[in-house]
Amino acid sequence: MPMSDFFYTDDLLSDDEIMFRNIVRDFVDDEVIPIIESHFQNATYPSHLTKKLANLGVFGIKFPEHYGGSGAGYVMYGLAMQELERGDSAIRSFASVQSSLVMYPIWRYGSESQKDKYLKKLAEAEFIGCFGLTEPDFGSNPAGMITTATKTSQGFLLNGAKMWITNGTVADVAVVWAKLDGEIHGFIVDKGTPGFTAPEMKGKHSLRASVTSELIFQDCEIPAENILNISGLKGPLSCLTQARYGIAWGAVGAALAVYQSSVDYAKSRIQFDKPIGAFQLVQEKLVYMLTEISKAQLVNIRLGRLMEEGKATPQHVSFAKRNNVEMALNCARLAREIHGANGILGEYPIMRHAANLESVKTYEGTHDIHTLILGHYITGLPAYQ
Amino acid sequence: MNLLVCVSRVPDTATKIFVGPDGKTIDSKGVKYILNPYDEFALEEAIRLKEKNGGEVTALTVSADDATDILRNALAMGADSAIFIKAPAEPDSYQVAHNIANSVKDKNFDLIFFGRQSVDFDSFQIPSMVAELLNIPSVSVVSKLEVNGSKVIAERDIEGGKETVELSTPCAISAQKGLNEPRYPKLPDIMKAKKKPIEEVAFFQVDAAVEVISIALPVNKRVGKILGDSDSDINEIVRSLHEDAKVI
Ligand SMILES: Cc1cc2nc3c(=O)[nH]c(=O)nc-3n(C[C@H](O)[C@H](O)[C@H](O)COP(=O)(O)OP(=O)(O)OC[C@H]3O[C@@H](n4cnc5c(N)ncnc54)[C@H](O)[C@@H]3O)c2cc1C
Repeated sequence: MPMSDFFYTDDLLSDDEIMFRNIVRDFVDDEVIPIIESHFQNATYPSHLTKKLANLGVFGIKFPEHYGGSGAGYVMYGLAMQELERGDSAIRSFASVQSSLVMYPIWRYGSESQKDKYLKKLAEAEFIGCFGLTEPDFGSNPAGMITTATKTSQGFLLNGAKMWITNGTVADVAVVWAKLDGEIHGFIVDKGTPGFTAPEMKGKHSLRASVTSELIFQDCEIPAENILNISGLKGPLSCLTQARYGIAWGAVGAALAVYQSSVDYAKSRIQFDKPIGAFQLVQEKLVYMLTEISKAQLVNIRLGRLMEEGKATPQHVSFAKRNNVEMALNCARLAREIHGANGILGEYPIMRHAANLESVKTYEGTHDIHTLILGHYITGLPAYQ
Repeated sequence: MNLLVCVSRVPDTATKIFVGPDGKTIDSKGVKYILNPYDEFALEEAIRLKEKNGGEVTALTVSADDATDILRNALAMGADSAIFIKAPAEPDSYQVAHNIANSVKDKNFDLIFFGRQSVDFDSFQIPSMVAELLNIPSVSVVSKLEVNGSKVIAERDIEGGKETVELSTPCAISAQKGLNEPRYPKLPDIMKAKKKPIEEVAFFQVDAAVEVISIALPVNKRVGKILGDSDSDINEIVRSLHEDAKVI
């Protein structure tokens, strides 16, 4: 079934972008959608897909060829995130973390030897990465973090705990943010470093096909060369801007999945001798979805081109993440209603997307935090504290 | 090894097809075109042979529309270069075969691959015609292939079983589903495909052997209704004669 593209946004894409989007789309149809529901039910990540995604080039999209990437642009990256999340937010989350939260800081703030050591292997998924910013007591306010790094003769000693860390348990390399002399710095921590453990967090009702973990550092000593060359909150925030951008696209993918299913269902489900799509109340829900998805698609393509031209601001990204994730969640809830009882069943993708999007609305800056970022932009008056 | 893969640009099988205003062509508006699915097996087989034995893979298409998109697709999968022959109007199988044969006759291809059929017009003719025009052996609907030097052993699907045949290069092979598992092109290769050459070759004029007089969509069968003699069924018959058929 062709994807909805009401405003012909495909005309704004290059041939390469369309080709790669279609390849990832086919991959998701063939390899993700048939298996993802059972992984969601069993709370397992489909790890057999990781290498295949790497082979498609999904992790290295924006990075230079020299580091195992493709040197493509932001729209290419966005389209891939959209298609992955049309399958499941867990797959897109994996790619966001690997690419925007682990490869990006190493590429942007890493030394040449760090880049040589990690980037190619991350692009090829020889290494899996994770990004440790959030702590049990510091989520929206990461500046308050209490994880510390102290200088030793050999390097740095890390102490503290991170929470809600995607891929923590399965990661070979963690980018960890900690305070050194009161200021935030980024550190690369290899799996197996003494004093570092990453137990998995269980019992999630959302993103069940994604691994979420704690990172615990107890006198964990890392070599001096593992520090990234950036200090202050702008380090992690610059990474989040990259990942949030991809989430704005991913949300459209999830919305497309529930919309498509809703259109099919509304046309085939008969009640009162008619397809339910013939009732005005159902039509109104479908119209909402089409309208909001189309607007979000236009925002994404414009934002992507601005990113490529270096003109986008973090506020543009906040706008897109905030708008698109909320619209996707609204679509999922409306789709749930249209599907009636079937809407809660694993046979349809609806409840899975609805549940996933609850996390997506919270992580990478909650919806409300993005509201404050835009409120600050409009008024010049910060309302965070 | 010098390998040629002939590919075609066809409407996506999921696309809803409408007949154009002339009643002879399909309306291409809003139709998504793709690389013919059977050609993916042909391409994959050629690329694997190249990876094993060295050599080059050339992709070729004859099309009235701009078909560079599917050639780029073939280049992204791993073909080294492409040939595009633009036809002035929708060519028939005979014209396509002549154009392929004419443009490759001096190029010494060891194997010429095709998909077993194009899923648009399903003529099943081109592989055999090209082989005939080039005077080389051909084997169609191949589901397993072994190439050892100039010796080629092909297994083909036949009604209820398999047939194994031997032939020698140069030869033509048409690929069946199951011959291999075609790869997904990788992004780095998509980016590199932009730099690979697509040679444009002028159309070789030859008259069409067949002319399409009309094409039509299958007519939806009328849906019959079976009703009994209960009171409610009788009410339903009256209602439908009155409201649906409007005869009473
Ligand atoms: C599945 C999942 C995966 C994650 N993966 C990662 C990861 O890989 N790496 C990582 O570092 N983090 C990760 N996170 C953590 C995520 O980024 C945080 O959950 C998020 O930043 C919010 O923090 P919190 O949960 O502590 O909520 P809190 O900050 O406690 O917020 C609770 C509520 O209060 C509101 N609030 C807070 N401050 C204000 C304010 N000033 N004004 C108005 N309202 C406010 C929030 O909007 C929210 O509604 C993940 C989370 C989830 C659920």
